[in-house]
Amino acid sequence: MDTSKLRYTETHEWVSLNGNNAVIGVTDHAQKEISDVVFVELPKAGKKVQAKDSVMVVESVKAAFDIYAPMSGTVTKANEKLSGKPELVNQSPLGDGWLYELECSDPSQFDKLLTEAQYKNVSSQAAH
Amino acid sequence: MTLLETARPLKKTPLYDRHVSLGGKIVDFSGWGLPVYYTSILSEHQWTRQSCSFFDVSHLGEIRVGGKDALAFLQSRLTSDISRALPGKIVYAILPDEQGRALDDVLVYGTPHDYFIIVNAANIERDFKEFKKYAPGGVAVEDLSDNMACIAVQGPRSEAVLEKLFGFRLSGMDYYTHTEEKFDGESVWISRSGYTGEDGFEIFSKNEKAGVIWDKLAGEGKALGALPAGLGARNTLRLEAGNLLYGHELDEKTTPLDAGMKFVVHFEKGDFVGRAALLAQKEQGTKKALVGFKMADRSIPRDGYPVFYNGKEAGSVTSGSFAPTVGAGIGMAFVSPAASPVGTKIQVGIHGRLADAEIVRRPFVQLKHRKG
Repeated sequence: MDTSKLRYTETHEWVSLNGNNAVIGVTDHAQKEISDVVFVELPKAGKKVQAKDSVMVVESVKAAFDIYAPMSGTVTKANEKLSGKPELVNQSPLGDGWLYELECSDPSQFDKLLTEAQYKNVSSQAAH
Repeated sequence: MTLLETARPLKKTPLYDRHVSLGGKIVDFSGWGLPVYYTSILSEHQWTRQSCSFFDVSHLGEIRVGGKDALAFLQSRLTSDISRALPGKIVYAILPDEQGRALDDVLVYGTPHDYFIIVNAANIERDFKEFKKYAPGGVAVEDLSDNMACIAVQGPRSEAVLEKLFGFRLSGMDYYTHTEEKFDGESVWISRSGYTGEDGFEIFSKNEKAGVIWDKLAGEGKALGALPAGLGARNTLRLEAGNLLYGHELDEKTTPLDAGMKFVVHFEKGDFVGRAALLAQKEQGTKKALVGFKMADRSIPRDGYPVFYNGKEAGSVTSGSFAPTVGAGIGMAFVSPAASPVGTKIQVGIHGRLADAEIVRRPFVQLKHRKG
């Protein structure tokens, strides 16, 4: 995946936008911090969310982590593979470990999210 | 997601630099900077159950109680019968307040001259003050914590690893006994004990010797099946073993009887601080019960989540986690006595919904302690 086309949040989600359709996951930095994902509580299709709402929960051995909506819209699909293989979030956070898709009500919100360079700055500070 | 960051300056054990160089993820444990894991909690948990892991538990406190009246003093200040802490033996006990509530849970190591009391890191200062406050003239109380380190070596290969690496003679030792050995010209104290439910040992040494012991484990120990593990795995291992953690299942509001620990309150030994209150509670019965439970689905209970029984809130989770060996979410909780029998169906409030669970026996896994 060309990560330079992605946008990011300060809460460590990534977003890929195609028209109104956004795919969302957690960053590689986040999966390392979460460590050992053992359960993913997926959102249901049809769920309406506002940007910065908690949408779903990723659970590792050590803790439960809220995943926040980067943009407003309606959940159209969740990655059902994660029900049986939650470890995909660790193994492939930007690929098979994606979390859910969102039909965005305001695609212009995408442009206000962090660029890859801006996010790298945020995550390197969070690590120290 | 939100990543927790710690701001307060953390105390360092003598092994801190080694944790950092081994890639340990350092977090705040009761004010100490210690690794929660090196690789992952899951892999370190599983490795402990199948081979051998070593953990830095130097944050634990050590208090020496000596003098001719030491035994009488400890009998009066702890709930257990300390006359059982003969030289080489270990006795588990509660340090109660006047109301019988737990100020700490401790291990008392008996030696020919003194008693060494192993206390929880968060409680070192308070315990020391408590002992000092009650100690009569003929009793010396000394806090050795700042000068002592402890490495826990846990798992089925622990005995073989330690015998090969250090030449210690451990095969004759029973669970909850300890012995003095020499290493590198200095005394170290080894007990067959631990928190994980596995066979294992805890090695107490002066701070200066801890690094050499650690380096041997991390170096030559690797080929023998020993790997470092963080305190994250130590917690999931202890939870599966059904062991209580101070600050979770025990605290200043909880008596040992509340926590179901009749076995640690020896009324017959004579008077001790909190005895009258505990005796009254024994006669009246407890208002809450400590239970173990297992989730029916894949959801994971966490500390503080509410527990429901018959549609009503009936308590809360004291420790909860995904349990790698069990393969499910498990926990301990204080609940109303009606909800406490094994087999009772309860619900846990998890992220705004009610998830089904069942009261089960503790421990959650078979304990592998060496029979005494």
